[in-house]
Amino acid sequence: MSGPAGTSDGAGPEIVEAEIVVAEAVVVREATAPEAGPAQGEALLRARSVTKRFGGLVAVRDVNLDIPPRAIVSIIGPNGAGKTTFFNVVAGILDPTSGSVEFAGRTMVARPRRTWLEPILWMLPAVLVLVVAFLLGVQSRTEAEVLVTAAVALGTLVFTLLLAIVRPSWYQTLLARYLGVLRSARPNDMVAAGIGRTFQNIRLFQNMTALENVLVGMHLKLRSNLIDHLLSTRRQRQEEDVAARRASELLRLVGLRGRENEVARNLPYGDQRRLELARALGNDPALLLLDEPTAGMNPAETAQMTQLIGRLRRDLGVSVLLIEHDMRVVMGISDHILVMDHGERISEGTPDHVRRDPKVIEAYLGAAPT
Amino acid sequence: MTTVQDLPNRQITPRPVRFARAREFLRTHRSLSVIVGMALFAAALPVIVLLPPFSGFSGQAVWLDGFTIAGIYVLLALGLNIVVGLSGLLDLGYAAFFAIGSYTFAFAAAPFTHNDFPFWPMLLVGAVMAAVFGVLLGAPTLRLRGDYLAIVTLGFGEIVPIVFLNASKYTDGPNGIGGISPPKVLDYIFPTTGNPWPYYLVMAGLIAFSMILIYRLEESRLGRAWMAIREDELAAASNGVNTVTTKLLAFALGASTAGLAGVFSASKLTLVSPNLFRFDVSFTVLAMVVLGGMGNTWGVAVGAFVIFMIQNVVLKQLNLFFDSVQVPILSDINFIQYQFLLYGIALVAMMLLRPEGLFPSRRRRRELHTEEDPSFAESGDPLGAAPE
Amino acid sequence: MTALTPEVRPSVLSSVRHARIGPWLFVAAVAAVVFAFIGPAQFMNALTLGAIYALVALGYTMVYGIIELINFAHGDVFMVGAFTSMFVLTNALGQKSPEHDIVRLIFLIVAAMLITMVVMGVLGVLIERFAYRPLRNAPRLAPLITAIGVSYILQNAIQILFGPSPVTSPQLIEPTARVNIMGQEVSWLRIFIILSSIGLMIALQVFVNRTKLGRAMRSTAQDREAAQLMGVDINRTIAATFFIGSALAGAAGVINGLYFGNIQFDLGFQAGLKAFTAAVLGGIGNITGAALGGFIIGFVEVMAGSFGFFVWAQAFVFAVLIITLVFRPAGLFGQQIGERA
Repeated sequence: MSGPAGTSDGAGPEIVEAEIVVAEAVVVREATAPEAGPAQGEALLRARSVTKRFGGLVAVRDVNLDIPPRAIVSIIGPNGAGKTTFFNVVAGILDPTSGSVEFAGRTMVARPRRTWLEPILWMLPAVLVLVVAFLLGVQSRTEAEVLVTAAVALGTLVFTLLLAIVRPSWYQTLLARYLGVLRSARPNDMVAAGIGRTFQNIRLFQNMTALENVLVGMHLKLRSNLIDHLLSTRRQRQEEDVAARRASELLRLVGLRGRENEVARNLPYGDQRRLELARALGNDPALLLLDEPTAGMNPAETAQMTQLIGRLRRDLGVSVLLIEHDMRVVMGISDHILVMDHGERISEGTPDHVRRDPKVIEAYLGAAPT
Repeated sequence: MTTVQDLPNRQITPRPVRFARAREFLRTHRSLSVIVGMALFAAALPVIVLLPPFSGFSGQAVWLDGFTIAGIYVLLALGLNIVVGLSGLLDLGYAAFFAIGSYTFAFAAAPFTHNDFPFWPMLLVGAVMAAVFGVLLGAPTLRLRGDYLAIVTLGFGEIVPIVFLNASKYTDGPNGIGGISPPKVLDYIFPTTGNPWPYYLVMAGLIAFSMILIYRLEESRLGRAWMAIREDELAAASNGVNTVTTKLLAFALGASTAGLAGVFSASKLTLVSPNLFRFDVSFTVLAMVVLGGMGNTWGVAVGAFVIFMIQNVVLKQLNLFFDSVQVPILSDINFIQYQFLLYGIALVAMMLLRPEGLFPSRRRRRELHTEEDPSFAESGDPLGAAPE
Repeated sequence: MTALTPEVRPSVLSSVRHARIGPWLFVAAVAAVVFAFIGPAQFMNALTLGAIYALVALGYTMVYGIIELINFAHGDVFMVGAFTSMFVLTNALGQKSPEHDIVRLIFLIVAAMLITMVVMGVLGVLIERFAYRPLRNAPRLAPLITAIGVSYILQNAIQILFGPSPVTSPQLIEPTARVNIMGQEVSWLRIFIILSSIGLMIALQVFVNRTKLGRAMRSTAQDREAAQLMGVDINRTIAATFFIGSALAGAAGVINGLYFGNIQFDLGFQAGLKAFTAAVLGGIGNITGAALGGFIIGFVEVMAGSFGFFVWAQAFVFAVLIITLVFRPAGLFGQQIGERA
């Protein structure tokens, strides 16, 4: 692959340039930072005794984790330790069997409760309309009135269904407070809250260009609506221009300058990983979940990626939760490390602490870093 | 993972694109191109049918009538393409939305119901009604895996004609509702027989209008989200795309196009009846979309037109032709009977051999030829996250 | 790539051993209510219909369990099965009317069953080999479209061969022959149908749970790659699944012909829809669930008919499908999988 030579040649100058971009990006971030940010010193993400069971198998058992703002936290552990499952719970892909995840002070992920009530609620307004109309004696009136009743009932049903799908926060709060219906956040809700993620085995939109990939990552940043799309309004066109520029900046930030129009599947492996990172940054996340960001990379690329992650924290102010096998990466940049085995926490602390913990060494059967 | 590194480096020099500048012009001035293209096409057809091989079959008026009906299928195919081609959802009950649009207009403007609402606003109403039912059907289903949508729409497409058939108090059952009023412009009433031009021109206008809107959707943030969902739903959701809303929009917009076509068709045929909306219609439109090239708006439109013409002209002419020359075996074959068998075979053959269709969009071609790409096959792992 | 929940597949091809009591109680309750409403005669009718749907549903659920494909052609395999059995009986064995000699009757039924099941099994394997296998790694949409294409091919081929109008299929067992069970006249035909389908279902359970091939199927359904690493021949296992599923649909086709006495080319479309609903209701991928789901669909249909809504039976079944998907998408026997994304 062209990766090692090509990218390392280009990396030097690109990184210098990236610094400038980052400065701009920070401005953007601060301007759009959510007001509901955590207070100083409080954890950004707070996972409380998260447990996930698959049938009889307990993939994650009672794991707690706090991620302070601007911190890099890593999860390590042998294969099958439940790291990725934990990750997927945090990202809103899997519902936990018990426990919860708070992000920026809001409980986002928890075991769903009484979800069967919700479909009944969808029907309820429409049924109410029909019952009220019936009590008012609509059936003995003119056909037009019956039709109007039917139309109103249908309209209410459509409205409630749409509400249930869009799930605005007030709707969820109402359900949770008065009926105890609790639904876990969906992946897109987690993104909206400020969590970006990458995947262990790259999941780019393989047939879209690099730029388009990042633009999808910026989906929630764009505000144009269906009317704008249909009329192709100036607002939309301007927004698209600005977005494309911002996407190019993000690409430059991760070292993919000039690759905007290349189709993702044609990028070399290391560049695909970077592209996925750029895409995850598209929504200006406060927390990045990186699932083995250096898997399959050669040492030079790994070093670059490590550097990049460090820089993201420094310049963009993001926190990073990292799953990684490569001990050099983990020990080099983490503030805090959680070691898992068989779904359970076996050790936790600073890199130095973890490195000396006999339980960790035992779990790795001597494969621990020296 | 490591195998990926051993792959030969494809890419770097992008293939030179033919007519790059023309393509660029078409892309930046999309709406203008659609209007001009449609105008040229609509102007050329009536002339072409006056020329020898075609003029021998039937007169210009009959041809134009045929083209207008073909236009209905083009609209249907354009709408289904939003669902199947752009967002990658399988809708097997598309005729149901077509039926809902048709019956909406039939209720609104027929002697049977003693209503006579004007045609033009009803175009919108029909589209909205179809979209409403699209939402009703899609909302519970689209939260689940994509396959369920296919079976639910299949069932819905089966139920809707049954409802229209059996609710005879409101729909006159199997007879259907006849005598539906034609459109009016000022005092001019569209002739339902004889002069085919007014319907023909309105159809051309409707197609151009729909194509412009569909192209705009395709190139917007929404279109990108559809594409993303089609490629990898989980990754799309993990990048902030509300997959359910986005899919529902595709589904409802597709349904509304069918509603539009339905209103037009009711007024053109002056009749609706349940057996006009059987599964065959859904299947035909699906075949048009697949053969035309899923995801390619103009390809689908052309595909629909060509297939309709083959189905309604060529097959009939083949029968007449073999009858007239009295070829022993061939004249006994009723080619129209084989039509759906041929569609079935074409559909399977197409998916196996040329999934991108006859007029592929370039992106879709990349997507559908994935087997040879190990890196993609790997990312096909459902969650990317199976417990290690 | 719409697979959002495969980590938690609804207990795929799970067996009686994992069965919980709740769903069984539910089915029993439904049966009791239906029995109370429609009386014993109609109840037997519902059981008979249900047996046919259950047999077809098994094929849907097995195929879905193993390759996560809605095999739209499956309903049509059932239809082709009905025509095959008709063809075998009338044209090959020359039997057009009820047979009263018990020995010859058994011979005829066994012959029709065996031939139809084998032919349908082979048909299923061929469909899998040529229409689905090449698309196993393609985007999800591709095999679904192929499946609907295959369904159309089968339907239209039969229509061209046997014509569009209903065809008489010999009712080997005299439909009027009855036996008195607990003061109730029950026709031999229904007894035969119910017992033989339950027999086939039990045989299937035993096969899936006790044999090596059955184990291979279950492991492939759980995790194809892992099964492959363990030395399971994936292609053979999937082909076997198609063979068994289609053979059961063939058996259902034979039974359908015996019961109704006439068959039509579009038989498979509606039956397929109902059987799929049954599979979803039971929890797709779950064999026990599909069988019980089939019986529930039979109940629903006969209930609708006995209340005078016969023309709406299909709509009621559709309503069952929608309600299941809204309230319990994993079905009666599936694990509850949360709505995702």
